[in-house]
Amino acid sequence: MSVAEKVKEIIVDQLGVSADEVLPEAKFVDDLGADSLDLTELIMAMEEEFGVEIADEDAQKIVKVQDAISYVEAKKG
Amino acid sequence: MLLQGKKALIFGVANDRSIAYGVAKAFKDQGARLAFGYPGDAIRKRVEPISEELGGEFTFQCDVTSDEDIAASAKTVSEKWGGVDILVHSVAYARQDDLKGRFMDVTREGFALALDVSAYSLVALCKGFDGLLADGASVMTMSYLGAEKVVPSYNVMGVAKAALECSVRYLAADLGPRGIRVNSLSAGPLKTLAASGITGFKGFLPIVEERAPLKRNITQEDVAGTAVYLASGLSSGVTGEVIHVDSGFSIMGI
Ligand SMILES: NC(=O)c1ccc[n+]([C@@H]2O[C@H](COP(=O)([O-])OP(=O)(O)OC[C@H]3O[C@@H](n4cnc5c(N)ncnc54)[C@H](O)[C@@H]3O)[C@@H](O)[C@H]2O)c1
Repeated sequence: MSVAEKVKEIIVDQLGVSADEVLPEAKFVDDLGADSLDLTELIMAMEEEFGVEIADEDAQKIVKVQDAISYVEAKKG
Repeated sequence: MLLQGKKALIFGVANDRSIAYGVAKAFKDQGARLAFGYPGDAIRKRVEPISEELGGEFTFQCDVTSDEDIAASAKTVSEKWGGVDILVHSVAYARQDDLKGRFMDVTREGFALALDVSAYSLVALCKGFDGLLADGASVMTMSYLGAEKVVPSYNVMGVAKAALECSVRYLAADLGPRGIRVNSLSAGPLKTLAASGITGFKGFLPIVEERAPLKRNITQEDVAGTAVYLASGLSSGVTGEVIHVDSGFSIMGI
């Protein structure tokens, strides 16, 4: 599974949204209904899945689906 | 089973990483009956599925900073169960700004808030559930090394945990004549929502791995095992204690 697919899967799982809502430009809070706890949980789930550490400053910049995918790709690549 | 039919009230489940989740699960495995408190809607929607998963009998709103919520919860629990055998307090909060930098920059309000949510709340719950706690009941709370030693960024939460551990001793003295035991469990660092509020928290984990006698970080299950012991008759002579579940980290001088 590609990073993008895996990230999407985590988002679906964590936010309880359907896969077709998880578009690259979808914003976690505005479009996918995430609250601040969801965002923290999402970051934690990604850290665990990909074995990366996401600093708080970086986490704040992850506002839409593509941000999360790009972040992990850059860290892993 | 060690807790067959015991009625356990759990305060502090936010998700399946919560320390209280591991504790509740282990209690369930030992035959306990469970009910879960949550502070408000954001946590309610997380706790309800967990309660379902663990066969919880009911959930109830209880913001531990609200005396009205505590009184209403006691009423609910009284109607549903008529009594309580185990009370788990696994609740803490401080402003994120107060969990970094210099401790002394904490404001009067930040200090009061941290102490209210994280320490006074245990006293308030013991008071609120006083009439419901069965003779021989077990009350437990979660603490951290920051109560005893300086841990960078832990700051006002360390002061709150010191107040919490000391409250445990006074509560143990108050409730002891009825055979009710009150203890703290001082857990090593675990990645949870609460922990993510502490600046630099992730840096604690490799330090524990390197220096603790057991050379590893603790797990939810490690804490849960000790919680089962404290909830059960196995610890019948233990009260007012702080039990460290920290891979031994706190015994090291360097
Ligand atoms: N995670 C660690 O490294 C660690 C280590 C030692 C001790 N602890 C302690 O364990 C306890 C549980 O924390 P956790 O790590 O499982 O994180 P967590 O975020 O899963 O749990 C904290 C809980 O506190 C609850 N809470 C906050 N304010 C509340 C209020 N006003 N009323 C009712 N509930 C409220 C939250 O809903 C949440 O369920 C805390 O006391 C924490 O200080 C944690």
